[in-house]
Amino acid sequence: MFRETALNVRDKKVQGLFRLLFLTMTLLLILPVLVILGMLIYKGGPVLSIDFLFTAPTDGMTAGGVFPALLGTVWLVGVALLVSVPIGIAAAIYLSEYASDNWFTRIINLAIINLAGVPSIVHALFGVGAFVVFFGFGTSILAASLTLAIMTLPVVIVSTRESLMAVPQAFREACWSMGATRWQTIRRVVLPNSVSGILTGVILEVSRTTGETAPIMFTGAVFFTPFLPQGVFDQTMALSLHLFVVATQVPGVPDELPYGVALVLIGMVLLMNSISIAFRMYLRGRKKW
Amino acid sequence: MQTDKRPAAIRTRDLNLWYGTFQALFDVSLEIKQGIITSLIGPSGCGKSTLLRSVNRINERLGYVRIDGSIEVMGKNIYDEDVELVQVRKQIGMVFQRPNPLPISIRDNVLFGYNLHSEKRRTPRSELDGIVEDALQQVLLWDQVKDKLNRKATDLSLEEQQKLCIARLLPVKPGVLLMDEPCSALDPKGTEAVEELIWELREKYTILIVTHNMAQARRASEECIFMLMGKVIEHSPTESMFVTPAQQETADYIEGRYG
Repeated sequence: MFRETALNVRDKKVQGLFRLLFLTMTLLLILPVLVILGMLIYKGGPVLSIDFLFTAPTDGMTAGGVFPALLGTVWLVGVALLVSVPIGIAAAIYLSEYASDNWFTRIINLAIINLAGVPSIVHALFGVGAFVVFFGFGTSILAASLTLAIMTLPVVIVSTRESLMAVPQAFREACWSMGATRWQTIRRVVLPNSVSGILTGVILEVSRTTGETAPIMFTGAVFFTPFLPQGVFDQTMALSLHLFVVATQVPGVPDELPYGVALVLIGMVLLMNSISIAFRMYLRGRKKW
Repeated sequence: MQTDKRPAAIRTRDLNLWYGTFQALFDVSLEIKQGIITSLIGPSGCGKSTLLRSVNRINERLGYVRIDGSIEVMGKNIYDEDVELVQVRKQIGMVFQRPNPLPISIRDNVLFGYNLHSEKRRTPRSELDGIVEDALQQVLLWDQVKDKLNRKATDLSLEEQQKLCIARLLPVKPGVLLMDEPCSALDPKGTEAVEELIWELREKYTILIVTHNMAQARRASEECIFMLMGKVIEHSPTESMFVTPAQQETADYIEGRYG
């Protein structure tokens, strides 16, 4: 009774083999991440300092810090958010709470999916044509941020819509059956219960936008400028473009400088992601159903 | 029981209902009397929930529902052009199969409907307290929750949640309460408690209750409607339906030959 048979032995071997295979693939997956981070910290770490963050590049961009680029990225991302978040959330609310499933909403959904699939360089060209030339904003923070906003809009819409749909339908039925209008239902029940997910999506979008290079390089971000941006019609430097520039376009840059820039960029993204995760955990801990 | 002389609270006339091309109700003409509990029984898919849901027009948000005929509640066809949906929902409360309290405090749940329909911008706190206590007293929940009114309603037991779902309807003073298998998610003890509560609420409200549970229909209703395949087969006082059913189909169903 209950003794191991030859069949059991064989099955267990196969089982062990597959387990090993899947584990190896998982490790392969995180390996590049570890290597990249390790390289960056090893090579770029020594460059980092408070001075590096808060001074401008000097000596033809071969020395000094990244402050104008850092500030520029904050401007670009900030203005892009001001545009994309309200529009995206409003559109998501319409699609999830008001629209019924018909050919019109299906076309809109298709458009959102397609918009998300457009390569960023195509967005860049659109940005040049529409915002820089047609609307006459010139190469400016406004043109670049609008381009970024359009590019990230699908992300905001999709993540917001998912958070809204995660609110149980029973809550809506409860409200409607008591005579609440759609808006009363959204305002008092749906939004309070999805705000954590919506904000998480927004923060993730920030981290994505931070790293974008193509959409801003023709529309508002410049190689080098001695001036800090004063408003949305100024041009600006940006971290992502700055990294590209010091890594490939400027002769005589010390080896570790680009790594320092990359570390700052990745640091910003990681910071945003950590905030988003912490925030989500905090809000999730409070809600219950 | 003297139920014959009561006026009708809900009167449906030749009600037909389609989900797309599927016809769910056929020529339903009923008079549901005021101030008693009427239960709707029948096998799954017989249209009893559909009928219940069309009485407060909650079916409508499904775009493909089509209705023909009329449902008069307190003498007014709720499908008339000049009828305000919000007022329909206010007068005709609905309790769902799964308790669905909102994820806010117990107190806010009770006041949710009241606040929606209150014309005053601010009601004095003492008045609100009275409303909360009164509603919770009526559903026999006050003693359990009076010290934790600010706790989340979703932390309550299912039985308490379902009582709360009934309590939140009461402050707007509805005339009709619709209940869609209100006990089916509850354990036997909870079922008994909620049934008892529903029994207490009759006279004050006209109660229409869908149930799968034959024993429940027999225990906790005064009149009974048996439906089959979208048609009303029999409508009679509960006692006589269970003792001497007039139709063969009713007898078969009650004896458990199908369903």
